[in-house]
Amino acid sequence: MSAGTTKSLPSSGQKPIQEMCHPLSAEECALTPSPDLGNTISSMGEKDLSLPNGNAVDTSSPASSSSLLNRLQLDDDLDGETRDLFVTVDDPKKHVSTMETHITYRVSTKTTRTEFDLPEYSVRRRYQDFDWLRSKLEDSQPTHLIPPLPEKFVMKGVVDRFSEEFVETRRKALDKFLKRVADHPVLSFNEHFNVFLSAKDLNKRQGLALLSKMGESVKYVTGGYKLRARPIEFAAMGEYLDIFTQKLGTIDRIAQRIIKEQSEYLVELREYGPMYSSWASSEEQLQEPLDGVAGCVANCCSGLEDLTEDMSEDFLPVLREYILYIESMKNVLKKRDHVQAEYEAKLEAVAFREDRKTPVPTDVEKCQDRVECFNADLKADWDRWQNNKRQDFRQLLTGVADKNIQYYEKCLAAWESLIPLLQDKQETRADTN
Amino acid sequence: MADTGSEEVAVIGNTDLTPSELENNIKNTMVETGSTLLKRMEIGVAEAEKRTGKNAVSIQETYTVYLIETRAVDAVAEGANPTPDSLWRRYSEFELLRNYLLVTYPFIVVPPLPEKRAEFVWHKLSADNLDPDFVERRRVGLENFLLRVASHPVLSNDQMFFSFLTQEQGWKEMVFETGFQAKADSRLKALNATFRVKNPDKRFSEMKHYGDELQSVITQLLRVRARVADRLYGVYKVHGNYGRVFSEWSAIEREMGDGLQSAGHHMDAYAASIDDILEEEEHYADQLKEYLFYMEALRAVCRKHELCQFELEMTAQDLVSKKQQREELATGTVRTFSLKGMTSKLFGQETPEQREAKLKTLETQIEEGEEMVKERNVECEEFVKNAWEDIERFQEQKDRDLKEALISYAIMQIGMCKKGIQVWNNAKECFSKM
Repeated sequence: MSAGTTKSLPSSGQKPIQEMCHPLSAEECALTPSPDLGNTISSMGEKDLSLPNGNAVDTSSPASSSSLLNRLQLDDDLDGETRDLFVTVDDPKKHVSTMETHITYRVSTKTTRTEFDLPEYSVRRRYQDFDWLRSKLEDSQPTHLIPPLPEKFVMKGVVDRFSEEFVETRRKALDKFLKRVADHPVLSFNEHFNVFLSAKDLNKRQGLALLSKMGESVKYVTGGYKLRARPIEFAAMGEYLDIFTQKLGTIDRIAQRIIKEQSEYLVELREYGPMYSSWASSEEQLQEPLDGVAGCVANCCSGLEDLTEDMSEDFLPVLREYILYIESMKNVLKKRDHVQAEYEAKLEAVAFREDRKTPVPTDVEKCQDRVECFNADLKADWDRWQNNKRQDFRQLLTGVADKNIQYYEKCLAAWESLIPLLQDKQETRADTN
Repeated sequence: MADTGSEEVAVIGNTDLTPSELENNIKNTMVETGSTLLKRMEIGVAEAEKRTGKNAVSIQETYTVYLIETRAVDAVAEGANPTPDSLWRRYSEFELLRNYLLVTYPFIVVPPLPEKRAEFVWHKLSADNLDPDFVERRRVGLENFLLRVASHPVLSNDQMFFSFLTQEQGWKEMVFETGFQAKADSRLKALNATFRVKNPDKRFSEMKHYGDELQSVITQLLRVRARVADRLYGVYKVHGNYGRVFSEWSAIEREMGDGLQSAGHHMDAYAASIDDILEEEEHYADQLKEYLFYMEALRAVCRKHELCQFELEMTAQDLVSKKQQREELATGTVRTFSLKGMTSKLFGQETPEQREAKLKTLETQIEEGEEMVKERNVECEEFVKNAWEDIERFQEQKDRDLKEALISYAIMQIGMCKKGIQVWNNAKECFSKM
């Protein structure tokens, strides 16, 4: 993964994480406790850019930036038929120790990529590890949209962190996260992702992730550059995200309300059905029909229970995931604004120089490249994200419709089976009269 | 609901009948046993109207009147389409009719009237007596009452009932003149009998118990059903919010916009569909309510039996004690303690003449008593026979009607499920086109 050097990819955990290089860096990594932080900050400005496959890129002219864009777009077309990396998250297990109890998940990888030493991997990871990976991706790929993770903190008394439903919901979200990364033409080649999938034991320092996160925010807060004019397309993205997140929030509230009303309906139904049974016990001719009705109502109850459960477990979490996704996307948009602002400020400073003969200093040029790179990455990711969003919501909403149809079909079957029972008795009675 | 049976047309040669002749014919043919008024007459409660007027204590009030329409069946069958005869009646007049029937035919399970005030309502339905939906349901209930009475083998022959349907003026006075109110048993008397009767017919005791149970069960059932309806209403209506948000969301989408928008419309349709569904279910609730109210009438018949039996027992008891007194007087032995006996012992025996006189009175009383016991016995037996016959008829009617009600309820549920499937399938199609 590292461009131009002879460093081999660690696949057995022999190399500590802090020695990992930024994929876009062409130089040796420093071995200080916070190398990633230093690398990240310096690599953007000072190091030469290189493509994920290791080739150096000539960024000295605008044309080369657009060819970079072209190559990125080409990579996009690879997903689907020519996918060469498959990742799954499954098999949650509880680990009990004296200090704490936690859940680990099995992460299985199948790949033909040469960046990996082996064609298959199977490792166990816990939520912390996924969190670490995401931080690393955010730090090392700040121009890209990183998929969200399910929420980290759960209120201990409200939700049982070890219940089957919670663990399953989380597993699905973690699986989605890795799949999204694996499908991304740039992120999937990230070194940290590689390590995450392949290392037997992730030897990382929690403090490291925290530090780099702090560093990130420090960097952009003290940027202090003011943006002149946001390009229309990015302004539109921002507006879209604002409205979209609002609508998702509304849908979340509506869904929660429906679940609540359905639960209350279920409570009443559970009292209603047995009344027919108790009535049946004092009847003769009417006993069977009344018991039949009680049975139907019971069937409807169980169907409703399933529906409500499914909505809680499958619908709401995905909505919330998207809201988180949008949050992180808005942050990336902000970063982009800052990068552009920095460039504009530097450019302005240069423009005031009297000496027009000196060529534009390299650091301003590098700034310009950064802006263009960021814009290109973001645009590509945006388009991909829109596509995925469309598919995701199509699938999600169709799923909701399906579950409701299933519920009604179950109830329908129950009631329909009652009719011949009632009508037969009616006819046989008429015969004997 | 009410059994209209097969319409037998009474063939009357002369087709040119004056209204009064028609009426006479109807009355005469009623004499046939086992036939009911409904077979000769179409009855309906066609309309309801609000009226205002001064009531008994001269206070202005608003009340509702109902239009009762009647038409001879044979007139219709012969192709003519005469306008029905009609008159207006208030709810209180229906009540009067029913009370009259209750007193006059104590061995009949008299059909109930629809509720005076709306009960077991779920929140959306109005509990207001003047609410048009409530008035409409009451109209249907009153019609049902009339049809039930008119198809009853015994009740349909009643003159007061016939007049109720056909005679607008003076009906109330006529009913009061029958003096039925005086014949009514006091509550206290009935309660007393229930507690003190020794040998009631077991079947009636069991039937009363059954009536109690059924009343309790149906009451609870109706209460919970109202809550279920309330909750279901909430579930459907909240889905309407999806309609609005999908519409707003579709405004910022390009390819997804159309699919979202149309799906939103289907969610609106889903939310709106619950109104009709629950309206239909009220009909089911009304069917249950009718039998809930019927239980009161059933229990009344059982209590009447207990009263009859009790009075027989009392009369028999009285006879026994009188016979004992005669024996004592005749043989001079005092077997039972009586104050009179003691005083006569203390203050001297009676004269033979006095004793003779007493014996004579006792003899007459005993003779009368024996007649009374015979009478009461016959009364009781008659009552038991007639009442049990009607109770059996009622049970069969109840089983039939309630089974049908359950079938329609199931059909309603099926309809609701099918509508739900259709709406979500439509929405699913829209989603798949997003």
